[in-house]
Amino acid sequence: MQEDVISLIKENVIQGRITKGDEGMDEGMVGQPGVTELVEQAVASGVHIRDVISKGLSGGMNVVGQKFEAGEYFIPDMLASAEAVGAAMQILQPRLAASGIKTKGTIVVATVKDDLHDLGKNIVSILLRGAGYIVKDLGNNVDAQVIVDAVREENPHFLGLSALLTSTMARMADVIQMLEESGLREQVKVIVGGAPVSEEFAQSIGADGYGADGFQAVAIVEALASDTES
Amino acid sequence: MPREGILVDRPYERLTREQVELIHQVSMQILTDPGLISFNREAVDILHGHGAAVESIAGDHQSWQVKIPEQLVLKALDNAPRTVKLGARNPDNTLIMHGDEPRVYFITGSETNIWLDVHFPTYVNKADPTREIRIPEFKPRRGTVDDLCQSAHICEHLEMVDGYIRTVNIQDRDITGDNKDVNKFFASLNNNTKHFMSGLTSLKQLDNVVRMAELIVGGKKALEENPIISFITCLVKSPLQFVDDTTATFIEVCRRGLPVAVSSSPQAGTTAPIKEAGIMAQINAEVLAGITLGQLVKPGTPVLYGSVPVRARMDTLGDSYGSVETSQYNIDCVQMARFYGIPNYSTSGVCDSKIPGQQSSIERLFSDIVVAMSGPQYLHCAFGLLDCNSVFCLLQAVLDDAHFKMIKFFLRQPRIDQPEMEAALKQMRAVVTTPQKLYISYIRPVLRSGEISGIYPFEGSGETDDVFEIAYEQMKDLLARPVEHIDRKITARIFEEIPGLLPRLNVYERGS
Amino acid sequence: MSKDIIAIIRENVIQGRKTQDDIGIDDSLAGTPGVVELTQQALERNISPQGIITEGLTAGMQVVGEKFSTKEYFIPDMLASAEAVGAAMDILKPVLESANVETKGKFAIATVKGDIHDIGKNIVAILLKGAGYEVHDLGTDVPTEQVVEFVREEKPGYLGLSALLTTTMIEMGVVIKALEENKLRSSVKVLVGGAAVSEEFAQEIGADAYCIDAFAAIKVLEGY
Repeated sequence: MQEDVISLIKENVIQGRITKGDEGMDEGMVGQPGVTELVEQAVASGVHIRDVISKGLSGGMNVVGQKFEAGEYFIPDMLASAEAVGAAMQILQPRLAASGIKTKGTIVVATVKDDLHDLGKNIVSILLRGAGYIVKDLGNNVDAQVIVDAVREENPHFLGLSALLTSTMARMADVIQMLEESGLREQVKVIVGGAPVSEEFAQSIGADGYGADGFQAVAIVEALASDTES
Repeated sequence: MPREGILVDRPYERLTREQVELIHQVSMQILTDPGLISFNREAVDILHGHGAAVESIAGDHQSWQVKIPEQLVLKALDNAPRTVKLGARNPDNTLIMHGDEPRVYFITGSETNIWLDVHFPTYVNKADPTREIRIPEFKPRRGTVDDLCQSAHICEHLEMVDGYIRTVNIQDRDITGDNKDVNKFFASLNNNTKHFMSGLTSLKQLDNVVRMAELIVGGKKALEENPIISFITCLVKSPLQFVDDTTATFIEVCRRGLPVAVSSSPQAGTTAPIKEAGIMAQINAEVLAGITLGQLVKPGTPVLYGSVPVRARMDTLGDSYGSVETSQYNIDCVQMARFYGIPNYSTSGVCDSKIPGQQSSIERLFSDIVVAMSGPQYLHCAFGLLDCNSVFCLLQAVLDDAHFKMIKFFLRQPRIDQPEMEAALKQMRAVVTTPQKLYISYIRPVLRSGEISGIYPFEGSGETDDVFEIAYEQMKDLLARPVEHIDRKITARIFEEIPGLLPRLNVYERGS
Repeated sequence: MSKDIIAIIRENVIQGRKTQDDIGIDDSLAGTPGVVELTQQALERNISPQGIITEGLTAGMQVVGEKFSTKEYFIPDMLASAEAVGAAMDILKPVLESANVETKGKFAIATVKGDIHDIGKNIVAILLKGAGYEVHDLGTDVPTEQVVEFVREEKPGYLGLSALLTTTMIEMGVVIKALEENKLRSSVKVLVGGAAVSEEFAQEIGADAYCIDAFAAIKVLEGY
């Protein structure tokens, strides 16, 4: 029974079905429980949360990643799976501490002041949630002061800043400078991204990492996280 | 099930109804004055027997002035079939063309002398010897029957090729005027299961190639129902002359009731007037003269209204297929053929460029797009051809397949209707309530349904342009994929019955 | 005065005006006599044919050649000038013969049996005539025997063969073989050309030269 619900969770992550109303990849699945319903079932029937996460959610995302590598899955498929994992994590979050499970970390993300573009930031958020991080999305056109305040209050491990315009990318530097002035720079890793941003620019403003796309963003966060641990 | 081609719902047209009618009227005037000069006796007799005025012309070559009355042309246009079926070894590759329906099929062509080999030598940067790049180099050589087999083979696997016109003139030492036709037909038919069209080198070989086709499909009746071969004849030489030997071939093909493209290739500036009005009236008159003759030989014989017009280049008076006027003439011809309701054989993609590269891409893409938009049924679109149709390059054919995929996708009809709109509205109302406000999840149902176009398949990585190298790899993959040859028993019969076939073309006897 | 008319001939060659009815490249000379009328006038005034040729016709063609290579002129312009020169040479021919002046040579040209394409051949004929050669055009679809017969009877120094089709180019080899069999091969230089023909093919059938276009043909001839 335990194994059954976990393998069903895994299967539905692979299919990218959040709820029972989703179509997923193969036909004929509409109406059957999706990841959120299955996770609730699992919790109710006392399945260990650690197994739900590692065997069900992460196990499913691993397969999705392989399928993406092989060209069988496209980004929309991957995002659907990541969204399903993100939704499951939201259900599990209140129970994590009680179960003695450390989360992978908290990330605050924002598109900087005067920039309304949030497609890239939203995709990054979905992928990070799918990878098991807790993401706090501040939205777009976010004032530097609001970002600094969020870092102070949430005490996140990471801060992701996004800008699409050449005219707004300089705002990223403003945020980093304000963090320094507030004495908060040392406690958070800053990752930047967006169409006009480059590795070189990231270094010049003193960011900790640069992600060219959503996958790189996840990869860089994972790398920085393991650095911090060791 | 025939191949689907691509139906162009609202074809691009350049001419007004009045201009189409004016071209038609002037063509009729041309056919009666000056009429055509015929170097072929039989054509003269046939036309004369149906009321054309004929007058002998003094000179070295026997020739006659033939004045074709309007009534004769109109009657022929009535008799010419509105629908032409071109069969194929694999029935799924059948082409069905209706003169009034702008459904486009993409076909290869024409016969070239030169085969272009490609290889990729490595170049080292002088300033930084650690940096190397590979650059394609092209080497021309004389085409052989093995090359023709390869060309037919790759065109079998190129998805966008709907039908095959032989692309290589076979010039092996053991090929002569007497055995060329049978070998080129066999090499093409044995390596390709799509429809096969060709010209004929020697009229004496007509019965042999028809017999070969009969053996393949299973008899005379079967060939009538599934004409896996058809012919292309330029019986009219511009301006306004019936050529002796090609006209003789045309008459014999019509007698056998096999499909035939009546094509004319005037060059604006030399063999036709330099301006559009003149070349259009002349080419239309020339094609109508051919169609009229064909319908007199055998009423109802399937014909295609063929057009290979071109403008002269001003520095050599050679052909300039890359000129934009050449595309304009072709589009006008498509419109004329549709006016008559006869399926059209049109030309695009022929370039002036001698090798694959920027020039060839620009020239061919320009004409491929605009001519395809006009909705010709049988678009003979120069897959792999270069240098005004005198060079064939397999790599170019592979490159062409990719851009025809784009053109075919582009020509699809827009799907805007009530159910689509309702679905879209539903999505919008749902998405605006979500935090991310993204439609991404709605992509998934159409991701694999063929409703979304793919990216350019030969895209390079980063700042490198690897188009040729990637296409070359694909070319090798396609050549490694097997083709369905004519079966062993029929092959044996063909080699028994048809004289002149090269033993090395028999795949079942090879190496034994 | 005599200088004047030669200069006017040259000017009309440059303009490509054969007769007084031709417009030329601009209409500045419209209605005035063309190369044909001017050449006749010059002969009536006893101006030497050599002077007409070198300072009028050839000098004019030289300017045309320069304008062509700088892309100011196109082939149709060049052909108009060459045709004007050719017409003038027809007028001068009897005078030159009676004065025993040697021409640049006799050039026979034909499109081979089975091939009726003649744009290229006609261009070569016009340009060679314009360059001062005595051109005999045998036409299109010319049987091999007729070519051999002409070489035997008229003894041209040069023979040009043309073929456009992949199917007819083989006939060029047949002509050359027939010339050999008739022991006429050494009496004539054979030049071949046409869309389907290549240097390699020309060598294979034993031609003396392959000409990719009319200009190449002129260059080859000047080399002999």
